[in-house]
Amino acid sequence: MRLEYFEMVDRVLEHGPERLVARARVPEASPVFEGHFPGFPLLPGVLMIETMAQAAGWLIVARSGFARMALLAKVGEAKLRGMVKPGAELTVTAELRHDGSGYAVLHGSLAEGEARAAEAELTLKTLPFPAAELETAVRARARAIGLA
Amino acid sequence: MSPAPSDAFSTIADIIAETANIDRAKITPEAHVINDLGIDSLDFLDIVFEIDKRFGIKVPVEAWTEQVNSGKAPAEQFFVMGSLAKRIEELVAAKQG
Repeated sequence: MRLEYFEMVDRVLEHGPERLVARARVPEASPVFEGHFPGFPLLPGVLMIETMAQAAGWLIVARSGFARMALLAKVGEAKLRGMVKPGAELTVTAELRHDGSGYAVLHGSLAEGEARAAEAELTLKTLPFPAAELETAVRARARAIGLA
Repeated sequence: MSPAPSDAFSTIADIIAETANIDRAKITPEAHVINDLGIDSLDFLDIVFEIDKRFGIKVPVEAWTEQVNSGKAPAEQFFVMGSLAKRIEELVAAKQG
């Protein structure tokens, strides 16, 4: 993870048409931890949700053959079950629930070892890449995390 | 089990009333889902998800929007309640073959 760049997924471990599993390692140090919280650093819950949303997004991007981008539209049934500390090795999983016209609904989950850290139902809007620069960046990032 | 086609309007109206918190009495066959009912894009997405699930179909919202935006079809053909129910019935019938 590079929290300041919103790069939450480090490596895709497995993926198919309806499921993607990835690794995400929380950095030991980040300016984020200076405020959240002084003397008691924790990965913010919104970044746990962001990590699940990015895994869901990668699944949708891969499913479309890199023809479409996915944007987070709704977070439902979010449960932040555990505190995640710097250095934690997380496994993030995204599972497709429904592939609609211009949107998709997925279940995201985050775990540290056997311990469940978070889960949520995620609705993503899907659309053709709105900018060539974005498509290039997404493809480059996909290669870096082993998705393409 | 999917509702019978004749139930499509009332099923969709119930979904809209529940999902977007709209008075059920306002949801008439003549009501435009955006102009009259004030449904925004996120609520509409939730409604379409519920319709997809309830009827076992995939409402082709992108294709409809494209037809409207390109001038090939009027918005009323898809986004007025009575027409929307007919389109859903057609999709269900096509799926059932």
